[in-house]
Amino acid sequence: MRKYLLKRFLLSLLTIWIIITTTFILMHSVPGNPFRTESKMPKVVYQNLLRKYGLDKPLGEQYIIYLGKIVRGDFGDSMKSRVETVNDMIKRGFPVSAFIGLQALIIAITFGPALGAIAALNQNKWPDYFSMVIAILGISVPSFIMGTAFIQFLAKNISWLPIGGWGTYSHSILPSVALAFMPLAQLARFMRSSMLEVLGQDYIKTATSKGITRAAVVLKHAVRNAILPVVSMLGTIATNLLVGSFVIEKIFGIPGLGMFFILSIGNRDYPLIMGTTIFYSIVLISMLLFVDIAYMLIDPRIKLVKEGR
Amino acid sequence: MKTELDYSPELFQIASREDRNAEKIRRPSIKYWPDVWRRLKMNKLAMTGLTLICIFAVMAFAGVHISGFKYFEQDYSMINLHPDSVHWFGTDELGRDLFTRVWFGVRYSLFIGVMAAFIDFSIGVLYGGIAGITSRRIDAVMMRIAEVVYSIPYMLVVILISVVFTQAGQGSSMFVLIFSLSLTDWVPMAILVRGQVLQLKESEYALASESLGADKSWILRKHIIPNSLGPILVNITLTIPRAIFAEATLGFLGLGLQAPKSSLGTLANDGLRGLPVGLTYQIFIPALFISLIMFAFNVLGDGFRDALDPRLRK
Repeated sequence: MRKYLLKRFLLSLLTIWIIITTTFILMHSVPGNPFRTESKMPKVVYQNLLRKYGLDKPLGEQYIIYLGKIVRGDFGDSMKSRVETVNDMIKRGFPVSAFIGLQALIIAITFGPALGAIAALNQNKWPDYFSMVIAILGISVPSFIMGTAFIQFLAKNISWLPIGGWGTYSHSILPSVALAFMPLAQLARFMRSSMLEVLGQDYIKTATSKGITRAAVVLKHAVRNAILPVVSMLGTIATNLLVGSFVIEKIFGIPGLGMFFILSIGNRDYPLIMGTTIFYSIVLISMLLFVDIAYMLIDPRIKLVKEGR
Repeated sequence: MKTELDYSPELFQIASREDRNAEKIRRPSIKYWPDVWRRLKMNKLAMTGLTLICIFAVMAFAGVHISGFKYFEQDYSMINLHPDSVHWFGTDELGRDLFTRVWFGVRYSLFIGVMAAFIDFSIGVLYGGIAGITSRRIDAVMMRIAEVVYSIPYMLVVILISVVFTQAGQGSSMFVLIFSLSLTDWVPMAILVRGQVLQLKESEYALASESLGADKSWILRKHIIPNSLGPILVNITLTIPRAIFAEATLGFLGLGLQAPKSSLGTLANDGLRGLPVGLTYQIFIPALFISLIMFAFNVLGDGFRDALDPRLRK
């Protein structure tokens, strides 16, 4: 068990290192540099700018310096913003993104498996069809369309909730729901098939024949077993939420990290692009690791297999 | 007490010819693929998906010629027209015919999806096949590498590569898009194929082939891969919508194909500008088409999976 954890941890570190290196190579293989575009710049100023960002040093040295900075948690200076460093921007944007992301995750985890379980318990009856319609909508309609539709129908026409922007809690409701839709649908679909499989197992018959109530059979025997494979999906869900957040923040005009990321791409602000990419990767890979560990802790069968080896 | 039974010859009689027919196969035997097709046909949702895909595939080529306008043709006297009898889906802010542009976008989206799936398939089968059939040590190393590749966030890679290659101000080319989309996405296919190989290489027919002198590559190509085509097909059908979705998201974020070419994602992105002034159709129509394509491939993939599952066999 401990050996396995250590191996997973080292692999995660390796992955992060690969991402840092790839990002560095990609960003430095772009022809030219951002200061070339500002045309009437005196040569001295240009040289000074290159020196400030360390672009005059050999590439290998730049790489070592960059790696050293990241280990210390410093993502460098933004090339476009004169006042904020990349760290400042991450500090400002990430809490906003994380708030919406977590809220969406909670919505998806609460309603997705529940919907799937209800569908499976009423197979081929109307609750099943209802939840499958939601699930199919959720996987077919990309979040940028869902978000736009929400704005159009719920905010603009009925004006229940603010159209966009950030500030009060009510600003976070529509984006979170729009973001939660796809993972919710995925969870519901997955839970439904997992639940159907479990309901056909002999131990469900045994539990029923013992004479315990239907509710107890469902909650204690069926759901607890069916939810296990669903937990393994959480890594994928986290990734989808992250990509969804770029789009959702763009539509709703939310000052989160996704918005900075998209802006930095438009501005060709390379330190910011690199910083956010690496930051995102670290967050995601730690989450994958966390889900893996959680899965092992929840499912005793996995632990037994690992220890038996 | 009488212990011996009296077996007289009269007790025995010749079995009639009719009883011999008890072992006879009465129904015609159904081969694997016709059987899959038979079960797929019973799945209404999957058939709807298949029909939609066929219509889209035909219209991707025919649709751009129907209205008589070209996808790049601008007409400033006809900007932002609502759908009417001339421009069936209306026009955009440059007076371009949206009907043609949408089918052009469908063509691009389908092409990107199919190509990405094809590349995933090729790399996945090769990588997974080699990992599964060679020694256990090579397998372990190859699977670790695959794990590392797969934990690199898919969209971040795609976005980064698009950024690097769009520098020259020419929009991302389709091949850069397809390349970046399949850069990490071949891993599930490789894992699937490897699993199939590990399972099927212990089978009797693989053993039989080996004892007749076949080498590993022959067994892989002639026996194992053909017998894993079912799950591979399911995987391909679900890879296509994933690639189309990723491309649409990129286009929506402004990293898609360069105008005047259009994909469904860039059309939706353009349409977003029309939304505040009430030109809802400009985003609604591309959005509808993206959703229909996603729907069609997803239900078809699900249908294949159900049709291939022997446990659901009736």
